[in-house]
Amino acid sequence: MILPALFFYLFAGVCVASAVMVIVSRNPVHSVLYLILAFVNASGLFVLMGAEFLGMMLIVVYVGAVAVLFLFVIMMLDVDFTELREGFLEYLPIGLVIGGIFLAELLLVAGGWVMKPETAKQITAAIPTNVSNTEALGLVLYTKYIHYFQIAGMVLLVAMIGAIVLTLRHKAKVKRQDINVQNARTPELAMAVRKVASGQGLQDSDAAEWVK
Amino acid sequence: MTIGLGHYLAVAATLFTIGILGIFLNRKNIIVILMSIELILLAVNINLVAFSTFLGDIVGQVFALLVLTVAAAEAAIGLAVLVVYFRNRGSIAVEDVNLMKG
Repeated sequence: MILPALFFYLFAGVCVASAVMVIVSRNPVHSVLYLILAFVNASGLFVLMGAEFLGMMLIVVYVGAVAVLFLFVIMMLDVDFTELREGFLEYLPIGLVIGGIFLAELLLVAGGWVMKPETAKQITAAIPTNVSNTEALGLVLYTKYIHYFQIAGMVLLVAMIGAIVLTLRHKAKVKRQDINVQNARTPELAMAVRKVASGQGLQDSDAAEWVK
Repeated sequence: MTIGLGHYLAVAATLFTIGILGIFLNRKNIIVILMSIELILLAVNINLVAFSTFLGDIVGQVFALLVLTVAAAEAAIGLAVLVVYFRNRGSIAVEDVNLMKG
């Protein structure tokens, strides 16, 4: 009986601690690694709550895709991160004040909050007890919430196209194969026959005339 | 010693606050700001799943799945904008984003 509580405090503690390390660590690569730790522990919390599918999704999507994307971008961009930390202490007091107010308010709400007795009867789709979490989720996601599911797919499609359009660029200097130009070449365009005087050779200006 | 809804809400509130604090502390470093936004969305997800579990309603988990989708899309677009910005300016300091005063 004590084991779930123990695991809850383990996951919650590591999750919060690594979240703190995400925002205070000097090196952004360390930030990403702490972010991964926070996500893994949050997925542990999800599993504790009985949402196994979402817990695994958290690892697949966040750790497998989002965190690796962050890591790629940080390592790809050659940024001097020390100068980006200049205002850190300057913003610390105001940040702590606002964060403290936020936390106090949220904890007051979470602590002093009571559920109406009728709320438990007004649920939309009860969690079935005889099937696994994944199956239960699929049973509502693909029937009742099929439009939400498709909209989520659309969001991902738009994000994918947007990211490609934003980052795609055609460099002018890069030489690309142009099939039409290649097919339009004739022997007259490609070759020139010259009489080369003995001992003088071909001048550079002569060569440049037809090599275009 | 039993873990109830309030415990999970407290964890989510703490994570949310840390995300907000991260945005304030790292005003110049947009990469850490994006990570803070991910932390905030994670807190929202914990809230949704906690309520879903303790009310016995699976719809909360469907919403959490949608939040997960939007978070992934947001990270992709945000990082793409960041890469374009870095190409144009050679820096990711976000304080001079408003140079155009538009």
